[in-house]
Amino acid sequence: MAENLAPNWRLREQRYQLVGNVCLNCNAKFFPPRQVCANCRGTEFDSFQFSGKGELYSFTTLRSAPAGFENYAPYSVGMIKLDEGPLVEAMLTDVNEDELAIGMRMEMVTRKIREEEGERGLIVYGYKFRRDNENEEKRNARR
Amino acid sequence: MNQVMKPKREVGIIGYGAYVPRYRIKAHEIARVWGGAEDALPIDEKAVPGLDEDTITMSIEAARNALARAQIDAQQLRAVWVGSESHPYAVKPSSTLVAEALGASGAVLAGDWQFACKAGTEAMQAAIALVGSEMADYALAIGMDTAQGRPHDALEYTAGAGGAAYILGPAENALAVLEASYSYVTDTPDFFRRAYQHYPEHGNRFTGEPAYFDHTLTATQNFLELMNYTPRDFHYVVLHQPNVKFPLQAAQQLGFTRDQVIHGLLVGKIGNTYAGASLIGMTNVLDNAKAGDRILLVSFGSGAGSDVFSYIVTEKILERRDLAKRTAFYLGRRELIDYARYARFRNKLVMN
Repeated sequence: MAENLAPNWRLREQRYQLVGNVCLNCNAKFFPPRQVCANCRGTEFDSFQFSGKGELYSFTTLRSAPAGFENYAPYSVGMIKLDEGPLVEAMLTDVNEDELAIGMRMEMVTRKIREEEGERGLIVYGYKFRRDNENEEKRNARR
Repeated sequence: MNQVMKPKREVGIIGYGAYVPRYRIKAHEIARVWGGAEDALPIDEKAVPGLDEDTITMSIEAARNALARAQIDAQQLRAVWVGSESHPYAVKPSSTLVAEALGASGAVLAGDWQFACKAGTEAMQAAIALVGSEMADYALAIGMDTAQGRPHDALEYTAGAGGAAYILGPAENALAVLEASYSYVTDTPDFFRRAYQHYPEHGNRFTGEPAYFDHTLTATQNFLELMNYTPRDFHYVVLHQPNVKFPLQAAQQLGFTRDQVIHGLLVGKIGNTYAGASLIGMTNVLDNAKAGDRILLVSFGSGAGSDVFSYIVTEKILERRDLAKRTAFYLGRRELIDYARYARFRNKLVMN
């Protein structure tokens, strides 16, 4: 029997679309979604889709990867301060370690995260963040 | 007997989006490894997907670009169709995952299309029919591939990665209105991949005259004749592009000038993106076209067949094209890799 189908499936909205929630009492936004508001302890929420834009708050590079991620090592992970407030931890992609800098604009993309049971199992997809440098590249193109 | 296909309701492209991975390998780097002739390379360089990319992730990004330009809610889509020869699963649709990631899942058709390099335009034909018949208002058609070439095979030089997504909808909301489409198909075994095989087989020179050229030229000539058009009636022509030479030669034989072809000819910089090849060429044309321009889009897929479409660009192109990343952004975003990293990225190293 294929492994870990249900636990991955339950997280599909969060992982594919960056859907968290917003407290109906104090408007605080959370990712991942919370059951009790960390700000006002309210328990009424609406789901909230984040824009996926933010800036790099901190980062590091993993050279010795945990099980299931060996194929990607070395790779960088970061904390991204989303424009709507929350800090999200995620793998970073399409970026070399020496390009990373705190405060850099980042954007969410959907990528392969890992494969369960190697080539036989489920392919797990989810959010990663990459440098949001469309505007930089536009400026470079004009030069 | 009406061979040209025209929908009952006028249909057009509401939104479009491209995607190309960040990595590139030079054709001369591949030639260096295998001792190939460096003076006769089919392209300059090709795009290579990163370790965490596949047809699903690439389709999602292209489709998000298309949705941003279409300015519709993903829940308005009634079809999400992905054409590819590199679906990550042998059994399990790419399209349901793409739909879920876009926020389109629920009351929507989803399916994966397979027709070698014609899979994407086949999905586009079906999307036109769905909207044109008034069964639905909006349908998403994607052509995307992470093409596989056997090491040391001629196709290794060109098998690239990338593609494009199109949202078809009613003509009154379109940035390019469809005039008509056409399809020409025969059973021609120029290229195929059997089940459980990693790499496709091809017929070398047999892929040229009886396959690419016969279908591309016949389909285009028949369409032009049926529509009473000549090459001069079009501002741009986008052809399937397995290498730089074939589409330029086909265009010349059809009577098109180099200027008409060049905006839609990306293969030299990203490689042959298979089901995405003609469709991503078209995105670059749309990025540069002006209202009133007529565009001829011609795909070719091995096996074999060609789809032909004629679109007329509307003024809505001006307000839509900068709502998402242009194709030039993806072409400009590039990191060169050597053959060793290429071998790692394409899973050619035996790890256990």
